[in-house]
Amino acid sequence: MTTTKTAPPRADRDADTAGRGAQGWTFNSPLVLTILLVLVLTVQGPIRRALSAPVMQSWMTVFVAVVLQALPFLVLGVLLSAVIAVFVPPSFFARALPGRPSLAVPVAGMAGAVLPGCECASVPVAGALVRRGVTPAAALAFLLSAPAINPIVLTATAVAFPRNPEMVLARFVASLVVACAMGWLWLRLGRTDWLRPPARPTPDGLGKGAAFWSSVRHDVMHAGGFLVVGAMAAATLKAVVPASWLHTAADHPVVAILALSLLAVLLSICSEADAFVASSLTQFSLTARLAFLVVGPMIDLKLFAMQAGTFGRGFALRFAPATFVLAVAVSALVGAVLL
Amino acid sequence: MNRQAQAAVLFLTGGGMLHAGSTDLYLRYVKSGLRPLLLVAGVVLIAAAVATVWYEVRQARAARTATARPGQRDEQGIGDEHEQDEQEDGDGQGHGHREPRISWLLVLPLFALILVAPPALGSYSAMHAGTALQRPWGFRALPAGDPLPLSAVDYAGRAAYDHGRTLGDRRIKITGFLALDRGGTPYLVRMELSCCAADAQPVKIGLTGQLPPVLEPDSWLEVTGTYTSKQTKDPVNGGRIPFIDVISTEPIPAPKDPYESWSG
Repeated sequence: MTTTKTAPPRADRDADTAGRGAQGWTFNSPLVLTILLVLVLTVQGPIRRALSAPVMQSWMTVFVAVVLQALPFLVLGVLLSAVIAVFVPPSFFARALPGRPSLAVPVAGMAGAVLPGCECASVPVAGALVRRGVTPAAALAFLLSAPAINPIVLTATAVAFPRNPEMVLARFVASLVVACAMGWLWLRLGRTDWLRPPARPTPDGLGKGAAFWSSVRHDVMHAGGFLVVGAMAAATLKAVVPASWLHTAADHPVVAILALSLLAVLLSICSEADAFVASSLTQFSLTARLAFLVVGPMIDLKLFAMQAGTFGRGFALRFAPATFVLAVAVSALVGAVLL
Repeated sequence: MNRQAQAAVLFLTGGGMLHAGSTDLYLRYVKSGLRPLLLVAGVVLIAAAVATVWYEVRQARAARTATARPGQRDEQGIGDEHEQDEQEDGDGQGHGHREPRISWLLVLPLFALILVAPPALGSYSAMHAGTALQRPWGFRALPAGDPLPLSAVDYAGRAAYDHGRTLGDRRIKITGFLALDRGGTPYLVRMELSCCAADAQPVKIGLTGQLPPVLEPDSWLEVTGTYTSKQTKDPVNGGRIPFIDVISTEPIPAPKDPYESWSG
C-alpha cells in the first residue's frame, strides 16, 4: 500500500480503513483458520455421516496413511535442507563436487545412495542444493537417484524378491543410469530460467537459528501442501479404480511395461514400499515390474506436485515427461539385459 | 497464510502426529515401525511452530524498541512498520511466492485424522484388490500347540502352495475380518502391510464348514479349523485362494494392529 504516501489526507484515511477492512475480513489468516476450526468442530456429526460410505472411508484411510507415512520423511528432508541452507557454506560443495558439471552429475548421482529415505525427503534437499550454488544438473541427478538407490530401498527390494536377487542390481543400475542421463540431458538442453528461483525470506540480518527455523517452516508449509495434493490423487486411484483392469494388460509385453509405469506414476507409493507391491504383481514380467520400481521413485503424482512447488511449474512440466520416457526406456533395456 | 496461522497449522499438525503416535491410532494407517519417526517428526513440527512464534515476538519487540527510541522520525518509523506489515500480509495472501494458498490444504489430513479418524482398511478394499499371496520361500515344520495360532499368510501359503503337507490335520487358529464376494462366499481376510495403508494388500482364505449363522462383513473373527484341499482363483488377479474347513468361529474385537506385516 504505497499509495498512502502520495495520496491526500482524506483519501489516505479512506484507503487506510478500506485496507484494514479487507485485512480483517479476507486476508487475516489466523481468523480464517479459527473460524474454520470452529465450523468443522460444530458440524462434525453431519460430516462424519456423509463420509460413512465404504468408498469414502477407504479413500480417507489411504489419504491419511499417505500423508502420515510421508510426513516424517518430509520433515527429515526439510531439516537436512535447512542445515544445507544455513550451516553448510557454498564453498563446501564447490570442493566436494568435481568442477566440470559433466563429471559432477555421476558423482551427485552416486551420492544419492547416502540419503536414507523415500522420495519426499529428496525434493527439499535438491532444492537446497540448487540454492547453495550446486549446478542444477548435479542436483537433479541426486534428486532422481536418492530415493531409488539408497541402502534401505535396496534392502527392501531384496526382501521383496527373494527368488530374484538380480532385481536389486537391475534396479540400482537402471535408476543410476536414468538419473545421470537426466543430469546430462539437463546440461545439454536445460535452461536456468525454467527453474523458478525459489523466493523465500532472505537469511540476511537473521541469526542462524532464526534462518534455520524459517527455512524449516517455509519448506514444511510449501512441500506439505503439495504432498496433500498428491495424497488425494493416490487415494482416489486406490479407492476408486478396480485392480482388475490390470489383469488384461499383463499379457502383452510392451503394454505390460507401459501399464506398470503408468501405475507407478498414479499410485505414488513410497519408494521403501513399492518393491512389495511390485512383487505381488505376479502376472507381469520381471521387466515390467522393474519399470514400476524405476519410474515410481522418480516421477509420480505426489512428486510432480512437490517438484512443481519447489522448482516451478514450467520446470516440472518439462522435466517429468522426459524423466518418464527415459525411465521406461532404460528399464526395458536393463530388463532385457539383466533379467 | 501469515506466519501466525502457519505456526498454528504446524503446531496442530505436530500435535496430531503426536496424538496418533502416542495412541494406537497410527496403527490403522502405517506400520508399527514408523512410530518413533512419527513422534520425532511431531516434536520437530511443534518446535518449528514455537520457534516461529518466538522469533515473531522478538522481531516485533525489536521493531517497537527501535521506533520508541526518543527523538527523530517517530512518525516515519511507525509508517514503515505499517507498510512492512501490509507487505507481509500481501505475501501471505498469495501475491508473493512465499507461502502460497496450497499450504491451507495441510488442514485436510488434520481434520481427517482428528475428527473422523477413518477406520483401518476393511472388506471394501479387500474385495477390490486381488489376493497378494505368493509362493513362500520355504516351509518350516509347525511348532507345537493345539489349536495352533498361525498368521493368515502363513496358513494360506502352506495350504495353497504346499498342498497342506506341513499342515496335516492339525487344528489351526487364524484371526482376520470377514468379507463376502458377489456370490456370497465368505472369506477371512487379513491386510498385509509393508509401509502404510496405501500399499496394503489382502490375503484371502475361503471359509467352508461350520460357518457362523450371521455373516457380517468387516466383523473380526477367530477361526479354528483344519486344512482342506479346496481352492479357488481370485477373480481380480487370478491368484490362488485356499480354503479352511472351519470347526468353530468366535467373534472378537478388532486387534490393536489390524494389519499383518509381510515378514511376520
